[in-house]
Amino acid sequence: MKTIAHLLHEHPFFHGLPESDLQFLASCGENCVYHKGEHLARENTPAKHFFLIRSGRVAVETFVPNRGALCLLTLHGGDIFGWSWLFPPYISAFDARALEEVRSLRLGGACLREKCETEPRLGFELMKRFAQIATERLQSARVQLLDIYGSNSPHPGTTQ
Amino acid sequence: MIPDIYTVVHRQEEYPGTFTLYLQNQELKPLFFTPGQFNMLYAFGTGESAISFSGLGVEQGRLVHTIRAQGSVTRALERLRKGDSLGVRGPFGRGWPLENIQGKELLLIAGGLGLAPLRPIVHKAREGKLEASRVRLFYGARRPSELLYKEEVPRWSSKLGVVISVDHGDGTWPGHIGVITDPLKAIDVDGANTIAFLCGPEVMMRFCIQVLLRKEVPESAIYLSMERNMKCAIGLCGHCQWGPNFICKDGPVFCYRDIRAWFHIHSL
Repeated sequence: MKTIAHLLHEHPFFHGLPESDLQFLASCGENCVYHKGEHLARENTPAKHFFLIRSGRVAVETFVPNRGALCLLTLHGGDIFGWSWLFPPYISAFDARALEEVRSLRLGGACLREKCETEPRLGFELMKRFAQIATERLQSARVQLLDIYGSNSPHPGTTQ
Repeated sequence: MIPDIYTVVHRQEEYPGTFTLYLQNQELKPLFFTPGQFNMLYAFGTGESAISFSGLGVEQGRLVHTIRAQGSVTRALERLRKGDSLGVRGPFGRGWPLENIQGKELLLIAGGLGLAPLRPIVHKAREGKLEASRVRLFYGARRPSELLYKEEVPRWSSKLGVVISVDHGDGTWPGHIGVITDPLKAIDVDGANTIAFLCGPEVMMRFCIQVLLRKEVPESAIYLSMERNMKCAIGLCGHCQWGPNFICKDGPVFCYRDIRAWFHIHSL
């Protein structure tokens, strides 16, 4: 049976981290399975966890009145979800819902914050990784806003 | 070059405003082309528009073109129905460098209507006529209802890897939701042994090129199909001049290494 440290090692988010760091973080983690339709996180509720998706598909959604849940993007094996546990008030900004069976590692947000404060070198390394993914998601969201596949070319400074 | 007369033998509405015409030459004359090349389609009384080949079947004198109704000519083409005639000049331009793919992994990266010029390559892959070691298609579109070739795309995955990503979708959509660069980032590729063909909005191609370069795919192995306003199709009128090139004559397919210098110049 694989240990949490072993599962952390397998996930791309932790690639290249020393074994000692993974052992250090492992006590924050637990292995979990979400069935289709179950929520990993709900908008406007306490953001207690950081999720490493091992397999399955997760929809990141927000609820729009009269339209229902609007899917902003899907996440897949190798992706991560959730950084609201990093910053006060530690409230999730979006829903995350399993579109099929999802296997994930779930790390406690408070536990991770404490580890990062205790070991700033590791904390900085993790922050760099979060920042890179957050930047990529921001870039993707900007490209989505451009509506590049539409029949009308995007005009600078305007949205449709 | 005088246009040949073709007849619409079938018309497929892909989604509102975008359609595929299947054309037959009255003499059943074959018109051989390289995928990536284009024809000038002449809507009588309106004008010509450059449209890429989007299907095989030339041996039977049949042409396939997928068109988005955007200007006066393409709107006139949209009005054509089975039995109607139009003029065809071509083929023109340089197509995809299929001679360079032997033994390599071929990544086809399409956005929106950009799938059309890559579709003949997909058909070749399905027929086992490509010498690539592996073929994977990444196709990005606005939403599920705006996907091209909806009926045949599911069949493609029996012969090649197919990843489809839509910018907007609901829970019933089984693929990715988000931009096409996301699934592209997630794949493992042997950069040195990979060749990539891109066709789609330039913004999309720019971001995809960044991903490919990070995966160590050489600039010399990245090819993209460019689009500009083409008029004469033989490099005389200058409408499609782009840097030192004419898209119609020197392209529309270019190697990124050769055009990088002006690909990122905003005013071109």
